[in-house]
Amino acid sequence: MTKADIRTAFIEELIAIAPDIDPATLGEDDHLQDDLELDSMDVLNLVTALHRRLNVDIPETDYPQIASLALAVSYLAARI
Amino acid sequence: MGIFAMPSLGADMEAGTLVEWLVKPGDEVHRGDVVAVVETQKGAIEIECFQDGSVLELQADLGATLPVGAPLALILGPGETAPEPKEPKAPAVAAKPEVAPRPAVADKPEAVPGPAVAAPLPCGATPASPAARLRARELGIDLATVSGSGPAGAILLADLEAREPDAMRVQTTAPMAEMRRAIAAAMVRSKQTIPHFYLSQTIDIQSARAWLETRNADRLPSDRLLLGALFVRATALAAAKVPSVNGQCVDGTFHPSDRINTGIAVALRGGGLVAPALIDAGAMSVDETMAGLRDLVLRARAGRLRSSELTEGTITISSLGAVGAEAMAGVIFPPQVALVGLGAPKLRPWVVNGAVVPRTVVTLTLSVDHRVSDGRQAGRFIAEFQSHIASPETL
Repeated sequence: MTKADIRTAFIEELIAIAPDIDPATLGEDDHLQDDLELDSMDVLNLVTALHRRLNVDIPETDYPQIASLALAVSYLAARI
Repeated sequence: MGIFAMPSLGADMEAGTLVEWLVKPGDEVHRGDVVAVVETQKGAIEIECFQDGSVLELQADLGATLPVGAPLALILGPGETAPEPKEPKAPAVAAKPEVAPRPAVADKPEAVPGPAVAAPLPCGATPASPAARLRARELGIDLATVSGSGPAGAILLADLEAREPDAMRVQTTAPMAEMRRAIAAAMVRSKQTIPHFYLSQTIDIQSARAWLETRNADRLPSDRLLLGALFVRATALAAAKVPSVNGQCVDGTFHPSDRINTGIAVALRGGGLVAPALIDAGAMSVDETMAGLRDLVLRARAGRLRSSELTEGTITISSLGAVGAEAMAGVIFPPQVALVGLGAPKLRPWVVNGAVVPRTVVTLTLSVDHRVSDGRQAGRFIAEFQSHIASPETL
């Protein structure tokens, strides 16, 4: 799986949780909670969806490492 | 034979639009079954049946906008048989297309024995004529906010008319504006009729956080718990000890509830808020509570809640989440009598065993209806909540 695939997967799962986010304006460094206003339930649902789709189990202590699109793509690429 | 009527899903609801039937004539139904879907200010709501029996006739057409109390269907009770048809019908054909369509608005909604009539009359409440009392209930107007022109200041039907044009305007604007209006109606009613008082306490949640981390460490994401689930459990356990904060106050009479149905304030993306109830949260384990929360938040965001979830809440929890302000004194969701407001967790210097140490703390503010309880009960609730959060294994 390429980084582009991971990026697509992450964006798709993020939009499934927050349908009002426009992928065209989603910034690489937008923070999931501070900028995109995901709450803790949203983050847990995103982590659950990524686990299901990519088979990567992201422990709670690693949540800060997926806090933006840029961070998440490199974190996930290292674990697939 | 019972009449299944358009239910009132909150003080602010006057009408709903029937968008889906999930039953047809002849179907067996049970109390609690979802039988129809109605579009309201709060999104599409699954409407539950209030009795056991079988569907005799559907009386409302899809797409019809009907006032609260309008008949939707006739339900035969167990053992009842259908009344003889007035004219002979073709055998074994239940629904006939040549039946004249019913008017969208029922002729006499006031004749329907819906919940508006079945509720107990208030004792010692505002004087009002029976017609005005019924109309006020239909419109979700609290009689205490109306000035009466009748004998001894009694409220007459005419006194309500001034309020109707505004209240009757339904679904003429965008859904978000409608939701805003629903929130406005409920909050205005709350602040005009409920004498709030507030008690606050900042609570050390370090042990709850540590317990949660350990518990989640070896769990897959789908089985993990959130701090919010612990707050719901602590609320349910505290409410069980302090019954005067758990229930509903209708027309000035408090009805404590045996069941604890915790309303959960859910912020919707793009604005707006709903507070559906987690039904019977008092009987749930922590894991069941978490599963219930996930389901409830998902359906609240998708706009697919059940009628009971909008009407049977007994105490609401409103949490500011992981980031944000440290405290909130919330507005009670009528007809409930208390709201638990939780600020975002903060790292603060805290005195533990005589030494100042950094601790994660949360400020709880309990909003309480002073008609129903006093500071002593509110204080007991907070003490119970705090002791359970300090010993998370008791949740």
